[in-house]
Amino acid sequence: MSLLLQIGRFSIAIVQHLGRRGKFLPHLLPGVVVLYKRPKLLIQQLYSIGVMTVLIVAVAGLFVGMMLGFQGYYTLVDFGAESSLGLAVALFLTRELGPVLTALLFAGRAGSAITAEIGLMRMTQQLDAMEMMAVDPMIHVVAPRFFAAFLAMPLLAALFSVVGLGGGYIVSAGLLNVDPGSYWAAMESGVDVYEDVWGGILKSIVFGFVVSWISVFEGYYALPSTNGISKATTRAVVTASLTVLGFDYLLTAIMF
Amino acid sequence: MTQKGIETSVGVFMLVTLAAMIWLVLEIGNWTPNASSTYEVTAYFDNVGGLSVKAPVTLAGVNIGHVASIGIDSEDYSARVIFQILDSYDNIPIDSGAAILTSGLLGAQYVGIDPGAEENYLVHGGQIDVTQSAMVLENLIGQILIRTAEETKQ
Repeated sequence: MSLLLQIGRFSIAIVQHLGRRGKFLPHLLPGVVVLYKRPKLLIQQLYSIGVMTVLIVAVAGLFVGMMLGFQGYYTLVDFGAESSLGLAVALFLTRELGPVLTALLFAGRAGSAITAEIGLMRMTQQLDAMEMMAVDPMIHVVAPRFFAAFLAMPLLAALFSVVGLGGGYIVSAGLLNVDPGSYWAAMESGVDVYEDVWGGILKSIVFGFVVSWISVFEGYYALPSTNGISKATTRAVVTASLTVLGFDYLLTAIMF
Repeated sequence: MTQKGIETSVGVFMLVTLAAMIWLVLEIGNWTPNASSTYEVTAYFDNVGGLSVKAPVTLAGVNIGHVASIGIDSEDYSARVIFQILDSYDNIPIDSGAAILTSGLLGAQYVGIDPGAEENYLVHGGQIDVTQSAMVLENLIGQILIRTAEETKQ
């Protein structure tokens, strides 16, 4: 009996959590006015969310691209098809790895920071103080972070793919002696702009929305205690990562 | 960091990443704003083998278009293949032939156009009458087996 009770309680908690997250959205989206009312706040957040994530995304992209170059080469060389290595690397990066890995890194690097920051503001009653002064924290604290993250994500994913293509090029032309011309030519002739490139960008837009939404939500509703913030940060990263992977499957099934 | 420094680095970030995105779309995706227009030509084959939609259509090895659709003609059960050929190649004689070829021994299949000698050119909705079907490896092996069997009989 107590097991059934536990299961019931757990399921209700999940549904409740999802519902609260949904209810949060109508409060969040009107914050778009911050884009022209307080562009400085947005730029500040673009710096700490976007610019500071460039390094980790670029380094990860470079190594993933180099790894793809090696793995693709060893698979393709058996069929004498190493001239399509560029195509294989480009398809992997633009369709899957670029958007997905960037979203995961982004959730870990920027999403957790957003959650911890907003959660700490809640704990130290900065958000309440703002409300007392009739300053809407949704517009001045939450919205700049949300929209900065939403904007930065597709851009970072594109950067990841481009750096990864460069990494694949370094490995294939520098170490494996694949013809550099065929590396780029196979890529240009085989990659479809709508299906592959635009599909990847669309994915990264969806992931950006999901990751930033979860991060600000978890921070905003973090329990105002040390333990609460650590839990909220963990939950933000875990939920965001799993949601990204789930959405990736769904989007891939729908689009391709 | 000062406000100016932050704004500058955000500017650099936006420019670099936007450039990366545009490069992906234009160079890697090969996106052309108004895709050059094409005209359609139909050909009937006995067997298309492994030809697939989007396979290249070539003339003298140069890519001049692609396969738009493959279907069955309901009257004589032959395969109806529709090619889309770029408008810039509008001087293909009407008695040209189309053959389904294979790149390499086991590579992907494509269509090769063999230009004829007529002075009238194919237009939109035209048809190529001289066609050569795909080489099917099993049939080829079968023919060789039959021939060797006949030779041993003699």
